[in-house]
Amino acid sequence: MNLPLPTVVLVDDHELFRAGVRAELEGLVDVRAEAGTVEEAASATLRERPDVVLLDVHMPGGGGVEVIRQVARTLPAQRFLALSVSDAAEDVIAVIRAGARGYVTKSISGEELADAVRRVRDGDAVFSPRLAGFVLDAFQGEIPEAEVDPELDRLTLREREVLRLIARGYQYKEIALRLSISHKTVEAHVSAVLRKLQLSNRHELSRWAVERRLID
Amino acid sequence: MSKGSLTRDTRHGWVAGVLAGIGDRIGVDPLWLRIAFVIAAIATGGLLLLAYLIAWAALPAAEGGPAPMARFGRSSRGRGDWRVAVGAGLLTLSALLAFRQLGIWWSDPIAWPLVLAAFGVALLWVRSPRRSAPPADRPAAELSPPSPSAEAPRKRVGSRLAEQYSGAFGVLLVVGAALLFLSSNHVLGGVRDAALTGVVVLVALALILAPFLWRLGRNLAAERAERIRSEERAQLAAHLHDSVLQTLTLMQKRADDPREVASLARRQERELREWLAGGGASENGGRSLDSELRAAAVAIEDDHRVAIEAIVVGDCELDARAEAVLGAAREALLNAARHSGDTGPIRVYAEIDDAGIAVFVRDRGAGFDPGAVPEDRRGVRESIVGRMQRAGGRAEIRSSPGGGTEVSIEIARESAAAKGGP
Repeated sequence: MNLPLPTVVLVDDHELFRAGVRAELEGLVDVRAEAGTVEEAASATLRERPDVVLLDVHMPGGGGVEVIRQVARTLPAQRFLALSVSDAAEDVIAVIRAGARGYVTKSISGEELADAVRRVRDGDAVFSPRLAGFVLDAFQGEIPEAEVDPELDRLTLREREVLRLIARGYQYKEIALRLSISHKTVEAHVSAVLRKLQLSNRHELSRWAVERRLID
Repeated sequence: MSKGSLTRDTRHGWVAGVLAGIGDRIGVDPLWLRIAFVIAAIATGGLLLLAYLIAWAALPAAEGGPAPMARFGRSSRGRGDWRVAVGAGLLTLSALLAFRQLGIWWSDPIAWPLVLAAFGVALLWVRSPRRSAPPADRPAAELSPPSPSAEAPRKRVGSRLAEQYSGAFGVLLVVGAALLFLSSNHVLGGVRDAALTGVVVLVALALILAPFLWRLGRNLAAERAERIRSEERAQLAAHLHDSVLQTLTLMQKRADDPREVASLARRQERELREWLAGGGASENGGRSLDSELRAAAVAIEDDHRVAIEAIVVGDCELDARAEAVLGAAREALLNAARHSGDTGPIRVYAEIDDAGIAVFVRDRGAGFDPGAVPEDRRGVRESIVGRMQRAGGRAEIRSSPGGGTEVSIEIARESAAAKGGP
């Protein structure tokens, strides 16, 4: 547990919010740089090469998705954690599919956020309960057999179970206990779901996200 | 209003495509128009052929490119409208002469009035789109047939006067033509003369006013769009004032009560999200389990100043079973709101599919030892577990001191139970 603090670049167009997050993360992570625009974010990330970029979804000039796109040209392995006020499925799905390894809402506590940053640094995925709910919803409906890529378009029973528990507000270690599996296995399941979310061509995914906007 | 301008359909036309174009616009088979045209042309002694010629000159071809008349005007910018007008006059004159040569003729005195009227009308038409058509209104601008409208933006205020002058001149010409026509027919005299006077004056007036009315209609439409925009702005301002500003004021007053402030902020946030998402009303209008669960969460959130995060996957109608689930979930939420204390949000997760409904209500509060349930909580417990048992489902309460509480509520859907049952 004596690993060095994860290094972070904090990206948000609201200075007030950046200051708040920075204060909350004080001593938990090492904030190397802040950025308020897409360009600043891209250059700061390329300069600092942090473990994790904490990324706002809504920014002028293309938002978090654009930052990911610009950075990925040079640093395809850079890890991003999306942090947003928006709960809209559209936004969540868009930034995850662009390559973010997790999505948390801004109401998250400092400690939970630091924990999420650590997990993203370690290569795991971070799903908020709401994101888990979105994924379950998006993968719920039946689709014709012929169109299914079994590898990518379906969740396994175990993956569903894990997501369900996340949606119910369980933490990873509680899930491991509940399902009698190891913490690492829980993480492996979540990472598998993330991969499916990013790679699946399941045609409903985008359409679903847009339709969902009408309700949430 | 202008669903598409009137054009000549040269591909389907027999001569210049005028009738095919008109037929296409008003939705009538051009064949009928042609038959009607031939009959009418014979009946009017060939006068309609003249109208055809004018229409050909004035209408642009459907395939693009300006009307022949407009093309004629374009060759010299600036004074183009005069040339177009002169052209229209000459065209009319030549048509009349042709008719006369062919023997289709009534009397000489109508020739000059007709030529003058064509000249005046052409002036009015050419001028009309220039003055008011805003750049965004392009389709409408194209509606005016003889206008070299592509040049409109290049025209500057300096030409206003000339336009007004040519406009007034056009009016004078048409009126003059009408008067000339009347004086040449004066011999007829009597009642017929009076009736004819009325008709001719009306026709002249219609010719003069048509472009003006056209323009007026367009301006009205533009004004209405502007009014709708400003109304929307006012509505937005009113909404923000009633909601966000009020809440912010309230929060400043209650700054010493963090719980109240948090509750106010949360309520405002929810309202704003709903409003941004487009009204927030459930989109199918009816009562569904999804919307009712969310509504219950919102009500308890407000009453007890707690945070509740509801995640609902799937949806169903509010039948008896869903109603039981809803009631039990509400009890569980109330219970959590009363007892969990200030320990992060209460989470509701509901999953609804064809097979069944499952709802989980979880808090991270103090929890309790299920073996030593105090009396006052036994009743609550009964209202959750008992209710679900009576409805044919089940409920379970897991709790441990310090580990929070989770109530799980499950029931099979009626359709699924009917299929699987005996």
